[in-house]
Amino acid sequence: MSEPIIICRDVHKWYGQFHALRGIDMEVQKGEVVVIFGPSGSGKSTFIRCINRLEEHQRGTIIVDGIELSHDVRNIAAIRREVGMVFQQFNLFPHLTVMQNITLGPIYVRKWNKDKAEEIAMQLLERVGIPEQAHKYPGQLSGGQQQRVAIARALAMQPKIMLFDEPTSALDPEMIKEVLDVMEELAESGMTMMVVTHEMGFARAVADTMYFFDEGQVVESGTPEQIFEHPQEDRTKLFLSQILQH
Amino acid sequence: MTTTLTSQKEILPPPTERFTILGWLKKNLFGTWFDAILTVVSGLFIIYVLYMGFRWILTTAQWAAVTDNLQLYMKGQYPASEDWRLWLLMYLFALIIGLMWGVFLRRAEAVGWILLAVPVILALWMVKLERAAWLNLLIMDAAAIVGYFLGRRYPQRLQRPTIILILLYMPLVILIVRGFGESGFLPLVTTNLWGGLLLSLLLAIFGIVFSFPVGVLLALGRQSRMPAIKTLCVVYIEIIRGVPLITLLFMGQLMLPFFLPAGITIDRVIRAAVAIIMFAAAYMAENVRGGLQSIPKGQYEAADAIGLNGVQKMVFIILPQALRAVIPVLVGQFIGLFKDTSLVALVGLLDLLGIARGILANPNYIGRQLEVFAFIALIYWVFSYAMSYGSERLETALGVGER
Amino acid sequence: MTTNTSEHGAVPFWRDERYIQIIAQVIVVAALVALFYWLIHNLLTGLAALGIPLSFRFLGIEAQFDIGETLIEYSRNSTYAQAILVGLLNTIKVSFIGIIFATIVGVIVGIARLSRNWLVSRIAAVYVQVLRNIPLLVFLIFLSTTVFHKLPRVQQALALGKMAFLTNRGIYTVWPVPAEGWNVYKWLLLGSFVIGVLVAIYFYRQGLRTGRMPLYWLWGFLTFLALSIIAWFVAPGAPLALDYPYLAGRNFKGGQSLTPEFMAILSGLVIYTSAFIAEVVRAGIQAVSKGQREAATAVGLTSFQTMRLVIFPQAMRVIIPPLTSQYLNLTKNSSLAIAVGYPDLFAVGSTIINQSGRAVEVILITMAVYLTFSLLTSLFMNWYNRHTRLVER
Repeated sequence: MSEPIIICRDVHKWYGQFHALRGIDMEVQKGEVVVIFGPSGSGKSTFIRCINRLEEHQRGTIIVDGIELSHDVRNIAAIRREVGMVFQQFNLFPHLTVMQNITLGPIYVRKWNKDKAEEIAMQLLERVGIPEQAHKYPGQLSGGQQQRVAIARALAMQPKIMLFDEPTSALDPEMIKEVLDVMEELAESGMTMMVVTHEMGFARAVADTMYFFDEGQVVESGTPEQIFEHPQEDRTKLFLSQILQH
Repeated sequence: MTTTLTSQKEILPPPTERFTILGWLKKNLFGTWFDAILTVVSGLFIIYVLYMGFRWILTTAQWAAVTDNLQLYMKGQYPASEDWRLWLLMYLFALIIGLMWGVFLRRAEAVGWILLAVPVILALWMVKLERAAWLNLLIMDAAAIVGYFLGRRYPQRLQRPTIILILLYMPLVILIVRGFGESGFLPLVTTNLWGGLLLSLLLAIFGIVFSFPVGVLLALGRQSRMPAIKTLCVVYIEIIRGVPLITLLFMGQLMLPFFLPAGITIDRVIRAAVAIIMFAAAYMAENVRGGLQSIPKGQYEAADAIGLNGVQKMVFIILPQALRAVIPVLVGQFIGLFKDTSLVALVGLLDLLGIARGILANPNYIGRQLEVFAFIALIYWVFSYAMSYGSERLETALGVGER
Repeated sequence: MTTNTSEHGAVPFWRDERYIQIIAQVIVVAALVALFYWLIHNLLTGLAALGIPLSFRFLGIEAQFDIGETLIEYSRNSTYAQAILVGLLNTIKVSFIGIIFATIVGVIVGIARLSRNWLVSRIAAVYVQVLRNIPLLVFLIFLSTTVFHKLPRVQQALALGKMAFLTNRGIYTVWPVPAEGWNVYKWLLLGSFVIGVLVAIYFYRQGLRTGRMPLYWLWGFLTFLALSIIAWFVAPGAPLALDYPYLAGRNFKGGQSLTPEFMAILSGLVIYTSAFIAEVVRAGIQAVSKGQREAATAVGLTSFQTMRLVIFPQAMRVIIPPLTSQYLNLTKNSSLAIAVGYPDLFAVGSTIINQSGRAVEVILITMAVYLTFSLLTSLFMNWYNRHTRLVER
């Protein structure tokens, strides 16, 4: 195996007195799709947000694509260029059109010229299936369409890694599939992905490795098959039985 | 359990609630005996006030103190040879109003007709007073109408130019009124010649234009995570907001000269303007802060996640949204500032109020306080009310302030 | 907190986000310190050159000017410090009375704006729109020159029966003064007040016990009122007598006199501020959502109960903060008294500046006083916000 693209060793994080992450170890290979799941408050979102420094970890090491996350602003900027992120609440910029949302990063961070940025943005919009919405504002789109724009916006930076923080939790049921389809296609194309989600169908179909988080720790990890068919830990079994019941 | 829809239910019109004058009266004026008494009493009150008011305006009042000095009220000692600059700005203003109407509201309305009628009436009045201003007033109307039809014709294409024009207008006013250089195209008109309504408006414009960048910086500083910068901004904002404007104006007039090295003097208008700007900046900062607080945390995170740096994040993502959210508040602040400029009369400047007091000191117009104050109060009122009404209309038309 | 810079060696400090912030702050603070040093240096050298170095010792010098109305002993021979105190007390007086009346008028107008009666709500709306859109200073000078100084002269005083006389020299009204029964009555009054408070506490306790809170303050107040009326007749001789103003020679004597200056600034502040308070009240009542009203109706409260138990407490929470800032505004606006000749803090201060040339010192004192007012107000606001938040959770 080659050098992993993400290396986390003994990552800790506190909110005041609350110990949110208690020594997470994880290695992600290039092209690997990692699904993180667990009860709310288990630290899974906090962890994924540490990868691109939206949260600051306080102990341990995080190395992304050979760059260590530290207080060095140059490293932080470099990592954010390599890592795309999709949020639960989409977080599109409401005052900009879909096209402007997507091209903002490429133009001002990647320093591409506008034509190139727009051309690539258009390709991405076609890839996520909504080229006709390019000149609308986010407020005019449905939730599923907004989330697909958010994915296109993250992809426009041509990242090596994509982070998804509960991308379908804020969507109406009928829109979840359109977003998951895009994500599945992305996984098949060989993108390295780290996904926090409760969509177990998606996990089973796409994930290479699954991590079960509880109380700031990795309780169990393995392939979907191991996790779904032969969970080792009682907490994993209990949680799976709760979310798979219906 | 299943039900089958046997027959399509007929779609019925709603039971009619006919509007009748009697019904309206009963509902809104004479609902209960208490309502009826209130209605009668307030009705008599209104009739009395209107009767007294009109009787005074038409018979008792002597308007010479107003009509003889219209030029002074409007522009103070601003040289007549440079009047064309003011008219030019007025045409431009009318054009902008027309454009805004055409681009954003898109409908001719009663208010529009009233706005158009005002210059016409004034023009007729000017003719009666044998003043040359009437033609300029009519040109203003023409400019407004041109703007309106242009705006209606090309609403999409003119949207951006209109907004840019609005933003540029205020700095442009300062530039054109002041002028530069000894002679030539726009010779300098020194500030001691500025007066009347012109000075009042200019001071308010100075206040808003220059306090804007300072206020935005202060607001950002107050939101900052750096304790020293945050403290400094909070201290400045709270001190300024804690003292009356008049103390700042006195400070500008009496203390400012001491703070500068010997030999440097600045004229009184600029000193007053500095005080007003300092004052406005603190309030501006609080307004902008309100806008900043309305931006959800996710916007900051999304900007971080796509790799924008701090300045880019502010300029492209946060400030545009924050400022859009506070436009109505800023218009309100401008109105407040326009009213507050009347305080400069207390430090001896000849703004609208200062001119009025000067005219009342003239023995020819002794005892004409009521007429003069009614006149300038009306001017202040018309400007303030028109601005607040206009911003309200634009807000609803544009959906500003909604997310 | 441990750092993790092991593999790539130490980060240069200008790239470390922690140091960048510190450096930025140091630069800003240093620049400001330099600026202030420069300004104050100029100030001190300028003042020294004029021969009036910065010092507050002048406060002990005799003021040598008169002040039209004072609440404390003051004469030409008093010191500048005493003159400033007189001004301060006048500011407090006009602000305090102004706040009370502005609240009363403002609440009435605010409720009138929400009246179902079309005419009443229109009148209230016009009142608010007219006053909010003209400058206070214009309004004040207008009131002073066209109303209170245009009243008839003393000899032709506008009389409201024997109760009040309006003249251009001031307004004279009837005023209660203590009479023979007062010494006994004041103790009876104190007693009724204590009993009133006790009754209120009793009802409050009962409310806590039964869960149905009666209008405890109303019952307490009514008890106090009833007892004090009874006490009036019990007391030996009338406790209060009315002192009527009367014309004595060229001026009025007796009663209470209010100068035209005071009346102008007071009525100006009251009328102007009441328009803003009316808006605050209206917004507060409208802020209580329709859902709350419907919920209250749904559980079967009458409309009066809905108002008292649901709308009013919630509206108060919205109203109090902006109302407090209107009070502060009124206090700050009282500095415009200089335009109508009422000797408030600022007017006295500017007289002192003219006379002594101590501009810097006097302006600093004035600003410090207004800052104190605003500090007290924000302390109250913070306390109130914390208090209501505790109640909420």
